[in-house]
Amino acid sequence: MTTTTIPVPQPSAGSPPSGGRLYWAVVDMLTMTKRNLIAYTRVPEAIFFSSVQPIMFVLLFRYVFGGAIPTPGYHYVQFLMPGIFVQTVAFGSIGTSIGLAEDLQKGLIERFRALPMSRWAVLGGRTTADLCRNLFVMALMTAVGYLVGYRIGTNVGEFLAGVLLLLLFAYALSWGFAFIGLSAPNSETAQLMSFPLLFPLTFASSAFVPLQSMPGWLQAWAQHQPVSILCNAARDLMSGAPKADLVFPPFTSAASTGSTSSAVFWAVIWSLGILLVLAPVSVRRYKRRAL
Amino acid sequence: MTVAIELEDLHKTFGHTVRALDGVSFDVETGTIFGLLGPNGAGKTTVVRILTTVLRADSGVARVLGHDVFKEPDAVRKLIGLAGQFAAVDENLTGAENLWMVGRLNHMAKPQLKDRSRQLLEQFGLADAADRPTKTYSGGMRRRLDVAASLVSHPKVLFLDEPTTGLDPASRADVWVMIETLAAEGTTVLLTTQYLEEADRLAEQLVVIDRGKVIAEGTPATLKASMGATVLDLGLADDVTALRAGEVLKAVNDKPPVVLGKTVEVNVNDGPRVVTEALRILEQAGIAPTTLALREPSLDDVFLALTGHRTEGDTVPNAADVPEADGRRQARRRGRS
Repeated sequence: MTTTTIPVPQPSAGSPPSGGRLYWAVVDMLTMTKRNLIAYTRVPEAIFFSSVQPIMFVLLFRYVFGGAIPTPGYHYVQFLMPGIFVQTVAFGSIGTSIGLAEDLQKGLIERFRALPMSRWAVLGGRTTADLCRNLFVMALMTAVGYLVGYRIGTNVGEFLAGVLLLLLFAYALSWGFAFIGLSAPNSETAQLMSFPLLFPLTFASSAFVPLQSMPGWLQAWAQHQPVSILCNAARDLMSGAPKADLVFPPFTSAASTGSTSSAVFWAVIWSLGILLVLAPVSVRRYKRRAL
Repeated sequence: MTVAIELEDLHKTFGHTVRALDGVSFDVETGTIFGLLGPNGAGKTTVVRILTTVLRADSGVARVLGHDVFKEPDAVRKLIGLAGQFAAVDENLTGAENLWMVGRLNHMAKPQLKDRSRQLLEQFGLADAADRPTKTYSGGMRRRLDVAASLVSHPKVLFLDEPTTGLDPASRADVWVMIETLAAEGTTVLLTTQYLEEADRLAEQLVVIDRGKVIAEGTPATLKASMGATVLDLGLADDVTALRAGEVLKAVNDKPPVVLGKTVEVNVNDGPRVVTEALRILEQAGIAPTTLALREPSLDDVFLALTGHRTEGDTVPNAADVPEADGRRQARRRGRS
């Protein structure tokens, strides 16, 4: 080899101020979050139109289907709104996969991978920005709920705990859907790939109807999947326990008994589990994906 | 010599079948402009992505300023700038915000970043558009911003993957001047290109790759010497006439003419003499060409001279036997002009 070894170049004028690895990982994540939030403000119509669909669902179920759905223990709107909240934030995680697929398509991921930034920051910034968007969406949907007759059935503290739980769940799902965004050839496909996953989760759940109305084989799925568990927990925290004056057949699963603490407990476990398992998988995907 | 970039026997296969790099080795001297030349799909982008730590090679060694790109990717990332094949700018952000983002992700301090950003926007003629979202930019402006972003952190080694593809001639000339200025300041530049003209103008050293292999290296002058200085292109009425013309034109030049469908190409060293001579001979043979052009040799011609096959990858020596090969080639030329 005809090479002479080059001394390591001294830091140039634009070199970084010192700071630990973790410090820079946080800075990188905040930079990426800010970048994504700026992008949201540049396309407000995207947020507007993504809010239209959940509002339509509220109107559809509240006024079209709701009258035909018996929900023992609840007025239908009290039953519905926590389910709508869960559905809305779950579908919101499609935004994570679309955003990353777009970054990939436009060559931004290539640029990011060549930068000395944390390998977690691209996904961390995207999911954190989507968390902010979900916070806005939750506020909007609560207002919509009030307009159609929904009222907090517990107290403000428990309601806010419910909001926090939903945000945690949505944040975990975002990390999972990041994998789809990083696997799809383009953003349109990312969206199409996300629907078949979300459909059985949100519709074959206790979001819109009581599980007892479903055939037994479907109940077996619906009872144990995370969206139902989140719906039960959210309902407990936001609408309160079923009213005693109406019969509410107990669920068989431990995760969905009338006990507030156990539904919430399992919802937290599910959310943390999804986050802890899928976040490293998605980051690995980010690092390894062929461009 | 001091070496800024070294590659030794790099291999990369995508999936199980697509062999993108099949043993690529070369060295780039510090402070020079190095051209990586090759047709689409030759493996140029794969080389750049491996050197910039974006992709991992299957085997081989790659070092940038002495740092192994596989073992010390972070050290490499701190020293390099990359402007990839697409103008990788966030179209929802303004020009200034794009530079802010890349600068912060390079861990630059805010005051320095601000100055650097202003300076680059000025230098690249984007100062007036600095606060507009880049989705309102023209293609040339995006490309300039993309290159500016790759320079924010004062990289020691700059990688430019087809920096002028899709640019109008004026913007192309601007980018060329910018690259020359950087090299004069001591930055090592590795650029990939499909344009022989661009490599000729900028690069001190060239490597030509085809199907993942280095097929030639040297200075632009040595490469050009491998073929005639100019190419005489003749269009004929039909294939048969073209073959006849190819036959009679063997007399005018040392190198035999190449017949491709309805066209005849002659690589020549003294264009004007050969043109007069060729027309005289054709007239004597009773052949009237429909078109006639003298042009600079293209990358296609370099490839023909170096490998005996056209850039598209057909191994048939006489492309006239494969009618569609000619059509594809014509389409590519049109796309390039």
